[in-house]
Amino acid sequence: MVSDTRSDPALRCGAAVPARAGAGLKADHVADILETGADIGFFEVHAENYMGAGGPPHRQLQAVRERYPLSLHGVGLSIGGEQPLDKDHLKRLSDLNRRYEPGLFSEHLAWSSHDTTYFNDLLPVPYDEATLNRVCDHIDEVQETVGRRMLLENPSTYVAFAQSTMSELDFLGEIVRRTGCGLLLDINNVHVSCTNHERSASDYLAAFPMAAVGEIHLGGHAPDRDDAGRPLLIDAHDREVDQAVWQLFEDVIGANGPLPTLIEWDNNVPAWPVLLAEAQAADRILAQTAGARRKQAV
Amino acid sequence: MRSSLSHPQVDAASFGRALLDPQSATPDGLTGPDGQTAPKRFNVYRNNVIVSLSEALGETFPGVKTLLGEDYFKALARAFVTAHPPLSPVLIWYGAEFADFLDAFPPLQAYPYLGDVARLEWAWLQAYHAADAAPLDPARLGEVSPQQLGDVCFTPHPAAHMVTSRWPVWAIARANRFEPDEAGAIDLAEPQSVLITRPDMDVNVFLLRAGGAALTMDLLQGQTLADAAGRAQEEDGSFSLSDCLSDCLAAGAFSGLLLND
Ligand SMILES: [Fe+2]
Repeated sequence: MVSDTRSDPALRCGAAVPARAGAGLKADHVADILETGADIGFFEVHAENYMGAGGPPHRQLQAVRERYPLSLHGVGLSIGGEQPLDKDHLKRLSDLNRRYEPGLFSEHLAWSSHDTTYFNDLLPVPYDEATLNRVCDHIDEVQETVGRRMLLENPSTYVAFAQSTMSELDFLGEIVRRTGCGLLLDINNVHVSCTNHERSASDYLAAFPMAAVGEIHLGGHAPDRDDAGRPLLIDAHDREVDQAVWQLFEDVIGANGPLPTLIEWDNNVPAWPVLLAEAQAADRILAQTAGARRKQAV
Repeated sequence: MRSSLSHPQVDAASFGRALLDPQSATPDGLTGPDGQTAPKRFNVYRNNVIVSLSEALGETFPGVKTLLGEDYFKALARAFVTAHPPLSPVLIWYGAEFADFLDAFPPLQAYPYLGDVARLEWAWLQAYHAADAAPLDPARLGEVSPQQLGDVCFTPHPAAHMVTSRWPVWAIARANRFEPDEAGAIDLAEPQSVLITRPDMDVNVFLLRAGGAALTMDLLQGQTLADAAGRAQEEDGSFSLSDCLSDCLAAGAFSGLLLND
């Protein structure tokens, strides 16, 4: 039975995260952030980094949570996996949600575990009926267990499955329709996947089910070449946001209005002021658009 | 809509097997935009798996990494990741088998202390992430009557761990991770034992003498004070119960005290 979580206020995603820019929280930055009282919309953490019992990670997150809105982002639930969800892991996610009451809670359209192995990568799923049914069942289970609406993130992919029978957009749209989950639109992932599969990112974004989007991700990617010498972009989160991704972001925000927007920078993490500057660049675009829309309304 | 029946199906089992076996072919049915099988594209996933897990291992065992050097550690981590991929998505728990793996790794037989350095680093990580708890107030022991003192047992603090080694494990770990500038000469003939605690947010490592190590080990395992002190005395003639016990209490090794009647 599929429940419509949108109609249940208790399951609606928290309103505490504003339509401003945020940054991924890094342990090395916490002292700087708290000392300077950084002016930033929110912080996002990878849930798996806070699944220990206690110690400095929880102490730091508690301090940040007292001062800023929080987004909780799972990276290891394997929602696209072939086997049932790991109940222990789902419980840990649920416990973290209760402990920190984040404004947003998200996971990925990907798999990362099979049999007894956890691969620690966001692996791609075929877009076919069997996978769709499984993913929807898993999302229903997550939303029922955690007791709130989740956002599902569109992936960066490097290969396509010959067995796929629908487009990624149709696949995501059907998930939203059946489960009532929201979407996390990662615009860098859109640019990466569209480049890798020779599709138009603007067409993809124009057709994206924006009404379901509760958060945006921006991040850096690394350029490479595939077997035939075609451009192959890798979702590395190791540098500044690319100019092409900024442009797509401006277009999306211009057309749809401001949304909570996260800068992801997880490898070669820079000093805090550099990451903050990226967030401020996103904030300027969000503020411009909000201003322009207010003027239009007058 | 296209029919999927004419296309090769790739399941998670074959995808996963190919990820961990660099010799195996890219599964049929994973393609680039031209519909052709694309090994270089699949290798992005292979690389992500090995590199990210090797990095996670390096973050847990920075001392072993320094001892072996960046390149050697990278090759070793690849061998470990392939033989022992993680069982859980919580990577702070990844690497429990690494110390045993080092002990048994034939090319490293000339460095038999590496396994114990890894054990110390693993214990340090467990202490870092352990549940928070207030350490036992030493004054509580003063409230016990002298006749009952020998029957006292302690509840181990959640962060308390011991590592005992035939090698100077603390001297080596200190020089290669914790206090590289403070470290003096290392005498490979000196066995060392350490107590690791985290009474508040900082993890502390204490070097123990033979008697102190025996006492602490027994007390952490729930033996009575009288039994633990007796064994420590046998181990080390110069053992002083009051000194060792107050060191243990000051270090935050225990969170509670029990009186067995
Ligand atoms: Fe993302």
